Amino acid sequence: MAKIISKQILSEKVVQLEIEAPRIANKRKAGHFVIIKIGDKGERIPLTISQASIDMGTITVVVQAVGVTSYKLSKLEIGEEVTDVVGPLGNPTVIERMGTVLCAGGGVGIAPLLPVVEAMHYAGNRVISVLAARSKELLILENEISVFSDEVIIVTDDGSYGHKGLITEGMEMAITREKIDQVIAIGPAIMMKYASMLSRKYNIPTLASLNSIMVDGTGMCGACRVSVGGQTKFVCVDGPEFNAYDVDFDELLMRLGSYTDEEAESYKRILT
Amino acid sequence: MNANTLEINSGRNEEWRINLRKTLKTKERTVIPRIKMPETEPLDRIKSYVEVNSGLTEEQAITEAQRCLDCVNPTCIEGCPVNINIPGFIKSIETHNFNNAIRVLKETNALPAVCGRVCPQEIQCEASCFYQTKLKKPAIAIGHLERFAADYERISGKVHIPETEAKRDYKVAIVGSGPSGLAAAGELVKLGYQVTVFEALHEFGGVLKYGIPEFRLPNEIVNFEINNLKKLGVNFKKNFIIGKTADFDDLREEGFSAFFVGSGAGLPLFMNIPGENFIGVLSANEYLTRVNLMGANKDDYDTPVFKGKKVAVIGGGNTAMDSVRTARRLGAGKAMIIYRRSEDEMPARDEEIQHAKEEGVEFLTLNNPVEYIADKNGRVNKIMLQKMKLGEPDTSGRRRPVPIKDSEYLLKVDLVIVSIGVSPNPLIPMSLPKLETSKWKTITVDPETMQSSIPDLFAGGDIVRGGATVILAMGDGRRAAKNIHNYLLKEMQSKQASGINKID
Repeated sequence: MAKIISKQILSEKVVQLEIEAPRIANKRKAGHFVIIKIGDKGERIPLTISQASIDMGTITVVVQAVGVTSYKLSKLEIGEEVTDVVGPLGNPTVIERMGTVLCAGGGVGIAPLLPVVEAMHYAGNRVISVLAARSKELLILENEISVFSDEVIIVTDDGSYGHKGLITEGMEMAITREKIDQVIAIGPAIMMKYASMLSRKYNIPTLASLNSIMVDGTGMCGACRVSVGGQTKFVCVDGPEFNAYDVDFDELLMRLGSYTDEEAESYKRILT
Repeated sequence: MNANTLEINSGRNEEWRINLRKTLKTKERTVIPRIKMPETEPLDRIKSYVEVNSGLTEEQAITEAQRCLDCVNPTCIEGCPVNINIPGFIKSIETHNFNNAIRVLKETNALPAVCGRVCPQEIQCEASCFYQTKLKKPAIAIGHLERFAADYERISGKVHIPETEAKRDYKVAIVGSGPSGLAAAGELVKLGYQVTVFEALHEFGGVLKYGIPEFRLPNEIVNFEINNLKKLGVNFKKNFIIGKTADFDDLREEGFSAFFVGSGAGLPLFMNIPGENFIGVLSANEYLTRVNLMGANKDDYDTPVFKGKKVAVIGGGNTAMDSVRTARRLGAGKAMIIYRRSEDEMPARDEEIQHAKEEGVEFLTLNNPVEYIADKNGRVNKIMLQKMKLGEPDTSGRRRPVPIKDSEYLLKVDLVIVSIGVSPNPLIPMSLPKLETSKWKTITVDPETMQSSIPDLFAGGDIVRGGATVILAMGDGRRAAKNIHNYLLKEMQSKQASGINKID
């Protein structure tokens, strides 16, 4: 059991929760995720840790209510408990002084991007963050990202904030202007696909942090498998970050849709 | 004859055993037919998760126990990987002393209710039974009797609590709550150590929970054994991954003096053939975990699982049988085993194969998948199979399957479960770069002591063996526990000699 210490609504369906988990807070690094489960009959879902406080003994996660578990989690209030939290899982992001790092985050992917931005900043890199959302209301964590970024470029689909356009257009503004040594892209699989196609065009090394379906998160089930460079890898133990050029994003997109029908049905049930 | 066996069987000379042997003539014992395990009807059981084997009655158990000749040379003991005093517990059953039967079993086996159900007795103790080897008659139903004694204990509530030694100021950490970890924990707590079992998942029991289905091993039985360990003082911590949530060094700082790693073989293997990542092709581990651990077969649980109508399970082991039988229970009209060798080479237990057949499972032996084909949404809908024939024996002694040229054909399916084996879970070795591992990524240990290349770290079960049985894992756990004890005794002595007092 892990108590919710604070809760903040970031946008219509997105909440940020600070959860008591001292051991995980102590061990987590940028790029790590946890598996959470709500209730005795709940499912296990992975969530990237966006922030942590060793002093408070807490970790912070951002969740978008899109399915049964994310909905249940988003409805928990301060003082209530998450039944199971385990982690930190996955391999941490390799943080080095590389020069200029472009951190591209789309939608709720901005939350897992935050610790990377922070760590890259402290490692002495110039950090340019490109944040994308459908509209101004859906853009999250702009202030937090700004604290650790030398520059923040914002793009929205509808042009309600920042530049109108797609994340690739925001990225290209920076890429065409100055030398970028590394790109890190986190967000929906389709966004990461196009982000890495762009960075490949300019020959900039690119990492993508993959989100995939998981059950145990420890290598046991293989639900999270993804083709990287023609080889099957497990996102949970081999990732979650991979060289984006090698990732078969189309397969990832396909696999993310594995349980769409089942999920839609149970989500409908919980909403009614 | 093995001197150790004689020692284990020394109770044979006790008066009650001598008298008991006289109550029936050998011939009267050998004419009794072997008991048949009562089973739930196939058509009933595929509609539920009820346990298939329903257990012997007291009367049936006593009659079966009468068959046992209480041999001078009990070869059954040698057939048992942990050398259970088999005649000792069987003869106790014959005299209605069921409590003594369970006491004898628990001297060497921490989880008799589990072993009585899932051990392959037919190739172990029962294969070495005098009835089978010399009389050419069906062996004593040792497994059924073991299960009977263990179930009697649980159902009667007369739980045998083993004596524990005086508490020692030493903490031992057990990594993983599967069979080897539970066996090690049980042994160490009896020796007076402060034992904590760390489990990565949200439930205890390891493969006994996530792997073996309830129709073969009900969760209630695993929980009962875990509760018994709790009563003995074992601490259990869930959602805790050693190497992630805390390192070995953290636990050393927190006062743990030794470790037993029983983290299991938790990384499923795939064949690396085209189409294997299509939707609807999953590992047996994933399929079984979704159902057994996550309750995906029940409507009020959140985890989904594919309920295939035409399900192909690739492989011929117990896990493959568990998967295909689960598929039948989830409503598959057509549930098939696809195995590249013939039925004779199948590693699954005979009982499981028979049960699967009774439940309507089809066996496509000498067939091997070469490619999966999917619909436009990426959902698997066909398998390209290649026919095989048996060639010369390979290193395993089994005849090698050889592909038959141009024999490929398509089979319609809507779910494929790959059950071709597992490799060791990488999390522990990844967190300990100095730990010696084999080329199969198993932890290298001294086979006598189960000690790894790191002196305070012992290991056993599938993380050492790669893929073995519950009983071998338990045997490892016990052996490791004894050697952890020896290791800590030496530590205590050297600390006393150097005048340092252990302060916890």
